[in-house]
Amino acid sequence: MIHLFKKKKKKDTRPKGGIRLPYVGFFCLGIFFLAVIFADVIAPYDPQEGDLFSSTIPPVWQEEGSLAHILGTDMLGRDVLSRIIHGSRMSLLISVGCILFYGSIGVTLGLISGFMGGRTDMVIMRMADLWLSLPAIIVLFMLASVHGPSAKTIILTFGIMGWPNYARIVRGECLSLKERDFVRLARVAGCSKLRIMFSHILPNIMNTIIIMATIEIGGIIVLTASMSFLGLGTQPPSCDWGLMLAEGRQYITYASWLVTFPGLAIVITVLGFNLTGDWLREILDPKQKLR
Amino acid sequence: MHTNNDNLLELQDLKVSFFTKQGEVKAVDGVSFSVGKEEIVGLVGESGCGKSVTSLSIMRLVPQPAGKIVSGRILFKNEDLMTKSEDQMRQLRGDRISMILQDPMVAMNQLLTVGEQLGEPFRFHDKVKGSLRDMCIALLGKVKVPAPESRVDDYPFQFSGGMSQRALIAMGIANNPDLLIADEPTTALDVSIAAQVLKLMKEIQKETRSSIILITHDLATVAQICTRVLVMYAGRIVENATIKNFYKKPAHPYSKGLIQSVPVLGRPVERLFSIDGQPPSLFEMPEGCRFSPRCSRAEKICFESYPPEIMLEDNHSVACWLYAGN
Amino acid sequence: MQGYILKRILIAMFTIFAVLTVVFFIFRLGPADPVAVMLPPNATPQDAENLTKKFGLDQPLMVQYTNYLKNAFKGDFGTSFRFNEPALKVLFERFPATLQLGLVAFVISVLVGLSVGIISAVKPDSFIDRIGRLVALAGMSLPSFWVGVMLILFFGVTLRWLPIAGKGTLAHYIMPSFCMSLYPIALITRLSRSSMLDALKSDYVVMARIKGVPEFYVILVHAFKNASIPVLTVIFGIFSGLIVGSAVVVEYIFSWPGIGRLVMESYFARDYPVVQVFVIFVTFVVVTMNLIVDIIYAYIDPRIRYQ
Repeated sequence: MIHLFKKKKKKDTRPKGGIRLPYVGFFCLGIFFLAVIFADVIAPYDPQEGDLFSSTIPPVWQEEGSLAHILGTDMLGRDVLSRIIHGSRMSLLISVGCILFYGSIGVTLGLISGFMGGRTDMVIMRMADLWLSLPAIIVLFMLASVHGPSAKTIILTFGIMGWPNYARIVRGECLSLKERDFVRLARVAGCSKLRIMFSHILPNIMNTIIIMATIEIGGIIVLTASMSFLGLGTQPPSCDWGLMLAEGRQYITYASWLVTFPGLAIVITVLGFNLTGDWLREILDPKQKLR
Repeated sequence: MHTNNDNLLELQDLKVSFFTKQGEVKAVDGVSFSVGKEEIVGLVGESGCGKSVTSLSIMRLVPQPAGKIVSGRILFKNEDLMTKSEDQMRQLRGDRISMILQDPMVAMNQLLTVGEQLGEPFRFHDKVKGSLRDMCIALLGKVKVPAPESRVDDYPFQFSGGMSQRALIAMGIANNPDLLIADEPTTALDVSIAAQVLKLMKEIQKETRSSIILITHDLATVAQICTRVLVMYAGRIVENATIKNFYKKPAHPYSKGLIQSVPVLGRPVERLFSIDGQPPSLFEMPEGCRFSPRCSRAEKICFESYPPEIMLEDNHSVACWLYAGN
Repeated sequence: MQGYILKRILIAMFTIFAVLTVVFFIFRLGPADPVAVMLPPNATPQDAENLTKKFGLDQPLMVQYTNYLKNAFKGDFGTSFRFNEPALKVLFERFPATLQLGLVAFVISVLVGLSVGIISAVKPDSFIDRIGRLVALAGMSLPSFWVGVMLILFFGVTLRWLPIAGKGTLAHYIMPSFCMSLYPIALITRLSRSSMLDALKSDYVVMARIKGVPEFYVILVHAFKNASIPVLTVIFGIFSGLIVGSAVVVEYIFSWPGIGRLVMESYFARDYPVVQVFVIFVTFVVVTMNLIVDIIYAYIDPRIRYQ
């Protein structure tokens, strides 16, 4: 009777020795979202309040470190851990802001381009080509010169510049959905073009849009952080990982923790998003339209 | 199984599996047959029954890394191909054994000229005598592509479907192989062009005295040029018969179904016959005869164990329990 | 073929014209007064007036625009305040340094990325494939500016093995070029792997093997030629990207005397003509690269050549 309880064994065909990477990704994202949601609860100190008497205390495991500041303090005596935890919010705010901004432009233009076809399609796709010839960092230089650098400028820049990729993918999806029966039926039933685009086609490409957003958000976080690092983005005293790195860079010879930990925070977050994005793509997009 | 020296090719209990995330798929599960010299054998079956995998196995070109020849022997001119090194196989391919793929539009490299692709069998088997270009032109002429002198420098996209298929055939027959496997060579073509291509293949066979394995799901094609038919179902050969026997007295219920489902010109039919049901999923094979779930004459034993190969006549065998009593 | 190239050149020229226009209007129509933006903090009203006259900012917008285009056509993009020399000349003096670093990083990324990508595709799940996937993941997830800072910390400050700033010996190239090529390697590896995998699965590769074509020829001629089409776009995109994006970040971190550092200095010093000429120059580079890719496509793909 023993064999009754034996489960049918399926041959494990995963590459030998492979790590179950998605779980690493979920774990990283878990830490990140914990920090975002409970920043006020977890962070031991106010991220902005510093005490000049406790400036540049090293992390706890170094000789002069103290348990009061686990990851040490910066020049102004602000707690590094608290600033990193609060920095997660800025990071999410900027990256999601960018994605929402250019995602909505890209999806709309892609839908119009794919659905209308003809001259409209040509004009929009030519525009996309043109857009791609202008690197975002260049536009940021211009906008920061004119508007002054800030989180808003960053969102505005990447928001305006990021749409062509989205538009192309959405257009491709739209082109194939356009010929499907449910869309034809909607047309026969006399639905307006706008209605077909947004309530018939859009829901069917939502998956693609979400996978794309997850894949791209990691890159956006790196990009925006590097802009803040260059001084083209968020300005002091806000808590931004890129900015913290920029501030810490001057003291690198004797306070290396000021550059190590904000960077690690970025890496963990980006790794989380990238691995989760890859995983999503694998399970939801078996045909690998997105690459 | 004895080894017949007259046979050019003999497969003995060939098993090919694909190892996927969902588990092992036994695409070819114990296939044995032989092909004699100058014989044209039709390999017939529904798509996905393992015809193409069988033919790729003969060349040892099962798609890697998922596919693997699990067991069996492939005797070509009485030598086991399974024991050959990869380089020895490469030297056989395109020289002694060759193959024509189904869809010429994807089987030709769109970025190389037709001439460059035609010349490869010569170049890589040290068969170049004189100008390679002239050899390619002669080859194109042999498959009746008009104006081969200028066509040789064209790219595949400049060829029509029929011409591409001719060029593909040319690549297959370049070195007058002993065995030519044609994997549905006419499926992608118009009916009229398909007939021309078949005629051409028959002419070439006469001239080069090659043996041909013609893979198809079209019985009309088989009737036109084959001398023997192998019927394949779900990874196994179910019937092996001469062309006359196959059409006059098909034995296996599946073969009978196949023949009845072909409309015959001049004979009025009220309703075309069709075999009920779907071929089994390769993941979940029935325990006994693979055809049993769709077979109208299935008995208890058909669901329990796979039938043995039964010789009906000299050149006619079938794998079906209906004939086990004799 | 000629028609195709001509069309691409026209599109490229139109793109440059469009960018020139966008640059002009962003700077002129922004909420900030360009004169105020440009002036140093201790400027007098007289300075402001001089500057307004000097740039013709008192003239109507369309006149300014046509003058700007005319000057741009002649290669005149204004004068740098800091150096009191033509902005373009200032830029060109610094460009070789960027080009040298960019080329080194470019060659490293293409060599490493392509070879790892191709080997990974030919031998999936092999040791190299696993390393390649790890490198690709790392390159995608590690911000280059942080890697740069950490390299300085480790090899420059702690170990004192490598120089941390400036350009001079070969050793000066090691950290910046590594830092610059990390992301491109990841991108090229990933893309060349997946395109090669697609190509190796295709029927024409099977057909080539059927003909008895040796495996190295199957991989390098049949499969790679087809796989190279998507890979090329990325490779050339990377080259322009290296000269623009990474150059700014990496040159800033490693004090590399190229145009990336120049534009940062100019930006902070409000040397606006230099920033502007940088923007235009970079667009020019990107557009030229795209043009080259389009022409290479025509050479690789007969369907484009004969259209």
